[in-house]
Amino acid sequence: MAIPTIEINEKYCKGCGICVTFCPAKALALENFKAKAIKPEACVKCMQCELRCPDFAIRIS
Amino acid sequence: MSFDYEKYLRPGKLPHIWCPGCGHGIILKGLIRAIDKCRLAKNRTAIVSGIGCASRLPGYVDFNTVHTAHGRAAAFATGMKLADPELTVICVGGDGDGVAIGGNHFIHACRRNIDLTYIIMNNNIYGMTGGQFSPCTPTGAFASTTPYGNPDPVFDIARLAIGAGATFVARTTAYHALQIDKLITEGILHKGMAIIEVVDGCPTSYGRRNKFKSPSDMMTWLKDAAIPVEKTEGMSEKDLEGKIVTGILHRDETRPEYCEQYALLRERAQRKEG
Ligand SMILES: Cc1ncc(C[n+]2csc(CCOP(=O)(O)OP(=O)(O)O)c2C)c(N)n1
Ligand code: SF4
Ligand code: SF4
Ligand code: SF4
Repeated sequence: MAIPTIEINEKYCKGCGICVTFCPAKALALENFKAKAIKPEACVKCMQCELRCPDFAIRIS
Repeated sequence: MSFDYEKYLRPGKLPHIWCPGCGHGIILKGLIRAIDKCRLAKNRTAIVSGIGCASRLPGYVDFNTVHTAHGRAAAFATGMKLADPELTVICVGGDGDGVAIGGNHFIHACRRNIDLTYIIMNNNIYGMTGGQFSPCTPTGAFASTTPYGNPDPVFDIARLAIGAGATFVARTTAYHALQIDKLITEGILHKGMAIIEVVDGCPTSYGRRNKFKSPSDMMTWLKDAAIPVEKTEGMSEKDLEGKIVTGILHRDETRPEYCEQYALLRERAQRKEG
C-alpha cells in the first residue's frame, strides 16, 4: 500500500497539537509550534487529524 | 476521503481569527459538511449570527451571511424566514450570545417553532471579551468575573429549548466531529425549530483558568464527559453530574411550523378583505 501523503499547511497551522494527541499511529508531532508528519508510513488514514484540525491545516491523501 | 472545504469558503479569509485549538473551527467544518450533504444552494442559504468569537463564523463562508447585533441572530433570522420561507436559514453563535443577552429571542423562536436551524457553540464562557462567566459556566468554575468560583446554577440549553417549544433538539461536542455534521444535517432537514448545541472548548478564556493545560486537554474532557443518550436509561441526575448527554434529545413532528401557519392566516385575511 502506498504511503499516505500528509499535507500540512504551515500558514494555517497554529500548533494547537490536537492532531498530534489524537493520532492513533503517532505519525505526527509538533516542531517549532507547527504540526509535522514524522512517520507518514505509520498513518492508517483514519482522518481523525483532518476532521479535528480547527484550522483547515492538515490533509490526508 | 479528504473533504474539499474550499468551495464553501470565502477566498483569502484564512487563517481565521480563532485562537490555537479553539473548537469553533471544528464546528465550522462540521457545518460546511452538513450543508454539502443537504446539497443546499449557496444563494438559497443564509447564515446569521450575533456577536462574539463564535459569531464571527459567517464571515468565512460563501453564503448569504448576516452578522447582526449581540443576541439578535434569532430575531433577524425570524424576519428573514418569514419574508422568504423557502430560504434555508441557519443561526450560529455562542452560549453568551444565544442564551444570555439573546435568551429572550432564543426562547420565542423556539416557542413559535419557526423553521430555523440554530447551532449554539457552547464553550461555557464569554470568550471574546476576556472570559466573563455566562449562564453556561459550570457552577464552581473560574471565570474572570468569578475569581472565587461561579456561584450560579447552569442553564441546560437543550432543556431550555425543549421547554420553550423547539421541535428538534440535539447535542454533541467539538470532539465528536462526525456527529456535528450528522446532527446539523438532521436539524436542517427538520421542518421547525432545530437547536443543535455543540459543547465546545475555549482554551484561552476558559481552559487556562480551569486547569486545562492545552487545547488537547479540553478535547479529552469533551471525549470523556460525553455519554450517548441511549446509554443514560435508568441513570439518575446524580449519575449524570458532569456528563454531556449527546445525540438527538427531542423530536416532535406534530407541532405546526410558524411560516406555514402564517401563510394560512394571510390567506384567511385576504379572503375576508377580497
Ligand atoms: C450589546 C452588547 N453588549 C455587550 C457586548 C460585548 N460582547 C461582545 S461578545 C460578548 C460575549 C460573547 O460570548 P459568546 O456568545 O459566548 O461567544 P464566544 O466569544 O465565547 O464565542 C460580549 C458580552 C456587545 N458587543 N454588545
Ligand atoms: S489520518 Fe489518522 S493515522 Fe494518519 S496522521 Fe491522521 S490521525 Fe494519524
Ligand atoms: S490540529 Fe491543525 S492547527 Fe492544530 S497542530 Fe494539527 S495541523 Fe496544526
Ligand atoms: S477567546 Fe476562546 S472562543 Fe474566542 S477565539 Fe479564543 S479560544 Fe476561541
